[in-house]
Amino acid sequence: MASASAIGFPASSAARRVTPWRYMQGGLKGSEYTWALAFLVPYVAVFVAFVIYPAGYGLWLGSSPDLYTELFSDPIYQSTVVNTLLFIGIAVNVKMFCALLMSGFFMRRGWWVKWLLMIYVLPWAVPALPTFISIHWMLNGEWGLVNNAIYQLFNMDGPSWLNSRWLALGSAIYSHIWKWMPFWTVILLAGRMAIPQELYDAAKVDGASGWRQFVHINFPLLANLYLICTLLSTIFTLGDFNSVFFVSGGGPANSTHVLATLGIRDAFDLAKPRLGVAAVMSALPLMIPVVIVLMRKLKTAEVQL
Amino acid sequence: MSATTLGRVGRSAPIVGRVGRAARRRRYFTEAAALAFGVVVVLWTLLPLYNMVMVALESHGDVFTDYIWPPHPSFASFWIVVSQGYWYLEYFWHQFGNSLYVGVAVTGLTLAIASLASFSIGRMRIRYGWLVSNAALLTYVIPASFLAIPFYRIMQDYGLANNLWSVILAEVTFATPYGIFIFSQYGRSIPIELDESARIDGASPLQIYFHIYLPMMAPALVAVGTYALLLAWNEYLYQFLLLSSKRSMTVPVALAQFLNSDEAPWNYMMATAIVYALPPLVIYYAFRGRMTAGLTMGGVKG
Repeated sequence: MASASAIGFPASSAARRVTPWRYMQGGLKGSEYTWALAFLVPYVAVFVAFVIYPAGYGLWLGSSPDLYTELFSDPIYQSTVVNTLLFIGIAVNVKMFCALLMSGFFMRRGWWVKWLLMIYVLPWAVPALPTFISIHWMLNGEWGLVNNAIYQLFNMDGPSWLNSRWLALGSAIYSHIWKWMPFWTVILLAGRMAIPQELYDAAKVDGASGWRQFVHINFPLLANLYLICTLLSTIFTLGDFNSVFFVSGGGPANSTHVLATLGIRDAFDLAKPRLGVAAVMSALPLMIPVVIVLMRKLKTAEVQL
Repeated sequence: MSATTLGRVGRSAPIVGRVGRAARRRRYFTEAAALAFGVVVVLWTLLPLYNMVMVALESHGDVFTDYIWPPHPSFASFWIVVSQGYWYLEYFWHQFGNSLYVGVAVTGLTLAIASLASFSIGRMRIRYGWLVSNAALLTYVIPASFLAIPFYRIMQDYGLANNLWSVILAEVTFATPYGIFIFSQYGRSIPIELDESARIDGASPLQIYFHIYLPMMAPALVAVGTYALLLAWNEYLYQFLLLSSKRSMTVPVALAQFLNSDEAPWNYMMATAIVYALPPLVIYYAFRGRMTAGLTMGGVKG
């Protein structure tokens, strides 16, 4: 407590003289302090009742070491870890890199580029569930739209997308990228627009080509935003339940689960909530460092409206 | 370098024509390449959506097809959805109302709780306020799906099982941190002197909150409100876990119910999905400018 207050407010000589109660109030007068506390109460109540309590309860559920021996010896869990790492590694990086390129494309002038942007953000604006179900059907090996199109164009049968582990995992990754790339594009586009035009003008006068402009202007100014977005996207992708659950459903034969879907399956389909919590908690070693870096970065971030 | 080229061009007229033509040709070429790329982007974007519309327009519920456009497109399935003419859809409007109720309640509560908290932290500068904003930030970076299992259990403890309020509270929990984050960032651009002079004039904190803080925060309120509304409308996992009876379900849960059946009419399902997707689309395009601005640093959880 003492060290925490030292971080919040450098201990001044005035602070040392006042009573603890006066100290807690900071610069606020009696009734004002009551108001400030009252304003904070709703959020603190929500936080305690719906974050601390479930998180603590989850930690307690998943605290037995026996759970982890059971979990780690489960072949489905082992393939799930591989899937999760692949899912995050591929989906996050491909999505963010393409979003970076697309945001550069949308900096072009022209009426049709504006219209294209309106269409391009559709996957993000439409709810996830219907589109993922649609992708699930579209990729059906026998009567899906994709294989019908392949048959009509090339007169050959397409692969059965959802019946092999790697194709099905690839399909889930494709759906995730399709759904979330527009969102990150819009964010990176806003980041690019915030770069003052004078910098480009100055670079043009100095004869900098497109590539050199990117290296010397865009990259240094976007690097921090790109890093924050990538970390944030890593966390969100780790928690992505819908794109795997609705596109591959974890199938065939439970070979394409990720941790988010495996936890729900263990807890509700197998009625082993402790095992489900343990599966989710095994992601903590990956999550905690990302969260720490992200919290530091986000605290200093600026928001423009 | 460009200066010397300019100088040379200025001196002799014939070169100007040739250089200009080459430049124009190159410009046409890049424009054509960009257009071609744009067509690819449109195809990539619209493919799953096209499939959605195509299935919805089937005149009979058969998706075992071998064509890429239905031979007899019809809007009949939309009429079935709107008139609740199928037993899976018998509570469609009731469920639509549930979704709306959840959305409005989540939006209102998120705005109220987040703006009060950020007023207390950012404007009144309550001591240890930074602890609360750190807690909010931490909640923002925890994936919601990771808390789903204990959440299901504690909602039973709170006696809220199969109650819309369990979903509302869960979604408020995950929307408020984003609100606090955006509000405290945006609040920094509003001069604190406004509050101080009102305080000297004898205004109570409540008056400052209502008459100075909220009006000045209007853009941020719109951004966060839209975010909360869309989050509540689009969220699936918590609604699926916490709501089980037909009358308490929201639209996405009812939609996923179709998947449990092997012979469900898929055209009705996709028509339902399209009707369900329309409100967020309208809201998104109506508040697009504000949303994108508010999202510059935030994010939508999937």
